[in-house]
Amino acid sequence: MPLIDESTIPAEAKSLVSEIGSTPDKSIPLLQEMQRRYGYIPEKLVEAVAKEIGMPLAELYGVATFYSQFRFTPVGKYLIRVCKGTACHVAGTEMLYSVISDELNVDEGETTEDMLFTLTSVACLGCCSLAPVVMINDTVYGKLTTAKIKKILNGYRNEKG
Amino acid sequence: MKKAKLIVGLGSCGIAAGAQDIYDYISSKVEGTSVEMGITSCVGLCHAEPIVDVLTAEERITYGNVDRKFADKLLEALQEGELPRENRILDSEEEKKYLEPQVKIVLKNCGVIDPESIDEYIQTGGYEALKKCLTTMKPEEIIEEIKKSGLRGRGGAGFPTAVKWSFLAASPSKIKYLVCNADEGDPGAFMDRAIMEGDPHAVIEGMVIGSYATGADHGYIYCRAEYPLALKRIKKAISEAEERNFLGENILQSGLSFHLDVKEGAGAFVCGEETALIASIEGKRGMPRLRPPFPAQSGIGGYPTNINNVETWVNVPRIILNGASSFNKYSYGKSFGTKIFALAGKIKRGGLIEVPMGLSIRNIVEEIGGGTTTGLPVKAVQIGGPAGGCIPDSLFDTPIDYDSINATGAIMGSGGLVVMDEKTCMVDVAKYFLSFTQKESCGKCTFCRIGTKRMLEILEKITEGKGEEEDMGKLENLAHHVNKTSLCGLGQLAPNPVLTTLKYFRKEYEAHIFEKRCPAGVCKALITMVVIDDKCTGCMLCKKACPVNAISGERKQVHSIDPDICTRCGICVETCKYDAIEVL
Ligand SMILES: Cc1cc2nc3c(=O)[nH]c(=O)nc-3n(C[C@H](O)[C@H](O)[C@H](O)COP(=O)(O)O)c2cc1C
Ligand code: FES
Repeated sequence: MPLIDESTIPAEAKSLVSEIGSTPDKSIPLLQEMQRRYGYIPEKLVEAVAKEIGMPLAELYGVATFYSQFRFTPVGKYLIRVCKGTACHVAGTEMLYSVISDELNVDEGETTEDMLFTLTSVACLGCCSLAPVVMINDTVYGKLTTAKIKKILNGYRNEKG
Repeated sequence: MKKAKLIVGLGSCGIAAGAQDIYDYISSKVEGTSVEMGITSCVGLCHAEPIVDVLTAEERITYGNVDRKFADKLLEALQEGELPRENRILDSEEEKKYLEPQVKIVLKNCGVIDPESIDEYIQTGGYEALKKCLTTMKPEEIIEEIKKSGLRGRGGAGFPTAVKWSFLAASPSKIKYLVCNADEGDPGAFMDRAIMEGDPHAVIEGMVIGSYATGADHGYIYCRAEYPLALKRIKKAISEAEERNFLGENILQSGLSFHLDVKEGAGAFVCGEETALIASIEGKRGMPRLRPPFPAQSGIGGYPTNINNVETWVNVPRIILNGASSFNKYSYGKSFGTKIFALAGKIKRGGLIEVPMGLSIRNIVEEIGGGTTTGLPVKAVQIGGPAGGCIPDSLFDTPIDYDSINATGAIMGSGGLVVMDEKTCMVDVAKYFLSFTQKESCGKCTFCRIGTKRMLEILEKITEGKGEEEDMGKLENLAHHVNKTSLCGLGQLAPNPVLTTLKYFRKEYEAHIFEKRCPAGVCKALITMVVIDDKCTGCMLCKKACPVNAISGERKQVHSIDPDICTRCGICVETCKYDAIEVL
């Protein structure tokens, strides 16, 4: 995902608002579109959008920080979402999580130095009968073991070259 | 090649198990032949994904666990010879136990039709209920029929649907809203996802009927963002329904107008609560507020609003088309019709099931679910997610019915049913749910915000082996206050997992507190990993896998684990092929 170029912020804010709309109920869709474009919510862009739609910055920021979907730091090329739902918990997701965390040397919400992986957890991906489950970008992997997840991570690493 | 249609189950769970790859693979092989490809969604047999149905002139056979090799076999059989006998699911006696107790009202199309085709929906009777309403029924007759059916909300609380609708219908407001609650926040429930992926038009049809019955002209489907495929299919279904004039202005020349939009959630469990959901649709922080006023009086933008769950909406066209008696003939006490459960955890046949009210939990777990994957006895089921509770096997004769389940201290909730065996620690489960609700608390009510935190700290202390005798009493006391002083269901019901485990599994708490022992072998501070000398072959696999180098031993020599270095991560147990590592 591209990092935002600060000089384009005013134009970007205008484009977002013209695409999504400017009424108060569009706050969440606007933030979602920001994240779709950049992989995270650039702070300066929130300021510009708030101004553009005439909403107090604190209000838009308040919305952005309430919902766990929104991230404020750039993410890596591959976003790893480890399911910590009930079924996955019972199936031993903690172990998978610690293997991934050790393997990549990152903690919750952090990104590897090479900007390849970001590690996060979610509460249930709705594939509970395949627990434990991990989602990497849009691909869901089920019935995982520590050996399998290591192999999968290596697969993504090798794609890099 | 024989003439046939191969239908691949492409629900999220199927795709996760590799069904998309199978679809692409078979498609590339059959191009230009007499074999046609088709898709459907999840049929509920998630444990057997990827699933391929072979539809010939004579029959429809369902194959499970299909990989590329088996796909080749199927194709060969279609070239010449007979369709393979192996990998057929639902063929054996054992699997009949799975099907027989079930009644599919809501799920009747899931895993059968192509969810991306409005024509297939129409061919199976889709939109007939709507036509019946618009041409032969008055709005009040629809509400009356729903009332007769006895339908109660499937989102958790079980409020009678017809009563809710009649509030909205009675409101003189010019603007009224309908909402479909597809937030499905309960971690362990996935029926709403499966319905939206598998039969999206049924949700739409239910809502259009609701709009005619209540006079609402605008609706929202509020779906969590973690369900990309459900979102894609529901959006596609809406635009197709608009094209055919089942939605939009002057629907089927009846004068009825109804517009439907999709709102994507942004990851907040509390937004499943009605007033928080409304705040979220309005673009605000999803904080619940005091009721009254109820949404039917003042909802979205201050206008009257009616919210129902996905499963509730889909029951509507089925009841209208087949009559209330086709639904309320399944009954137990004050519960009517069927309920979908998402079977997960240590269950053999995990997936989605739909059962008539009154069936017992034992029936579900043992007959339909086939017992545990591990072969160990079932210890408990957790029903209702973070607001629900753990029901022990001694109460497995409890029937599926809102009131009977409430009496155990659990709740029906959305229908997540997680099966636990002896290797599941009930204190750990209580801690798990509490850490979930504690994180998801919106922070408005003090006890929900801080009380749950204090309870969590006590549970952490107990699982770390530092528990004291008075901790159980403290938990019960705090639970009482959190329940009594929270505004919404999140806080009110958050103590349920703790209270039910304290009630039914007190011995496990006592083992942690007094004996500093975790009977299930889960709580890291209270267990040790040891090598069983007789079983260890010295293969070195565990030694290689151990992330902290706690295992020593030469090839073909019995290994040993240094308890001072070992972090109890469990990787060695998972890695060992000879079950040679024991958790004490
Ligand atoms: C914290 C909390 C979370 C909830 N989550 C959901 C949910 O994810 N889906 C749902 O349908 N209902 C959920 N509910 C219940 C709804 O508030 C509401 O009762 C329901 O959507 C009404 O629909 P019904 O009458 O068809 O059941 C939740 C309630 C609370 C208190
Ligand atoms: S609990 Fe992990 S997918 Fe549902």
